[in-house]
Amino acid sequence: MCQECGCGSGGGDVKIGAHTHEQEHHHHGHEHGHEHSHEHHDHTHGKQTLNLNRSLMEKNALLAERNRGFFHAKKLLVLNVVSSPGSGKTTFIRETAAKLGASLRVGVIVGDLATDNDAARLRTAGIPVVQITTGTVCHLDADMISKAAAQLDLDKLDVLVIENVGNLVCPADYDLGEDLRVVLLSVTEGEDKPLKYPPMFHSANVAIVTKNDMATAAGFNRDLALANLNRVSHHAHIFELSAKTGDGMKAWLDYLTKQHAAVNGK
Amino acid sequence: MDAAKSAGATRVLKLRLRIGTLSGVVPESMRFAFDVVCHDTMAQSATLEIETVPAACWCATCQAEFECENFFNECPRCHDVSGELRRGRELEIADVETS
Repeated sequence: MCQECGCGSGGGDVKIGAHTHEQEHHHHGHEHGHEHSHEHHDHTHGKQTLNLNRSLMEKNALLAERNRGFFHAKKLLVLNVVSSPGSGKTTFIRETAAKLGASLRVGVIVGDLATDNDAARLRTAGIPVVQITTGTVCHLDADMISKAAAQLDLDKLDVLVIENVGNLVCPADYDLGEDLRVVLLSVTEGEDKPLKYPPMFHSANVAIVTKNDMATAAGFNRDLALANLNRVSHHAHIFELSAKTGDGMKAWLDYLTKQHAAVNGK
Repeated sequence: MDAAKSAGATRVLKLRLRIGTLSGVVPESMRFAFDVVCHDTMAQSATLEIETVPAACWCATCQAEFECENFFNECPRCHDVSGELRRGRELEIADVETS
């Protein structure tokens, strides 16, 4: 269940590629049937306070770090692409993969509540892709990513792109083990999106203004949007592009190539 | 509850959570959910105590923290804008009182 909106409480199964996984609520090895004798304990004893000081997000944080270490060992640059529904994540990823071509091989993990339409669109373009259908869950978590990544031939990839569920709220809280969190803001969405969803925009390493070819038609106030982005995502690299026309894509691809080299210690 | 069981407890009497003001967690919703999830468990009728952690930003110019209500804030001393959040995103279990 997600801390922000409590989604996933309906008990739907998460489907990763061809497999269905039960929602992770089972216990792990270290807590199972240790029936230690408790001679030293009196079970009718009174109150005691257990200091735990543990984050409720601890499990995801640990799994995310494990993913990150594994991906680094595989020399992969991993992107977590987040945005509202309909900002153009799939087209952006497809065009990024196509333009990188053989120089950097891209694989994709796609998350959606239902349908594998996005995966199909990417697959048609010849990109290796695994679809996660989350059922009722509004975000991807680190455990889903490690299971999905196992279905890709990572040795044949240089960049792993995770297309998160279209949602600007809950995915902000789930580290997936990515190197870069990339948030998309399309020109049709309104310049104040960063102000409305600060946790997500604040957590992003890269902010991309998409559908730039429609800026005039949408009456997009570029200066205001950039000012808002600089305010909330002040540390993020900002790119303005149109995946459809290819305008502005070069700067983004050059950045990606540099980031990939950095991950590989070049 | 696992921790309580491993410590040999049979009941959870109280749970203390630390919630940051910018964690996105609404204490009222947490209280509501707490009663529901504790029903028919060893934590039935346990009290939930929520310790609110005020958010704080770090001002690099003043080399000091200041309390804030948002993700991007003006330092009250030097008026530089800082988005370096030091506290306020917590969602932690502080401790559990058991018997």
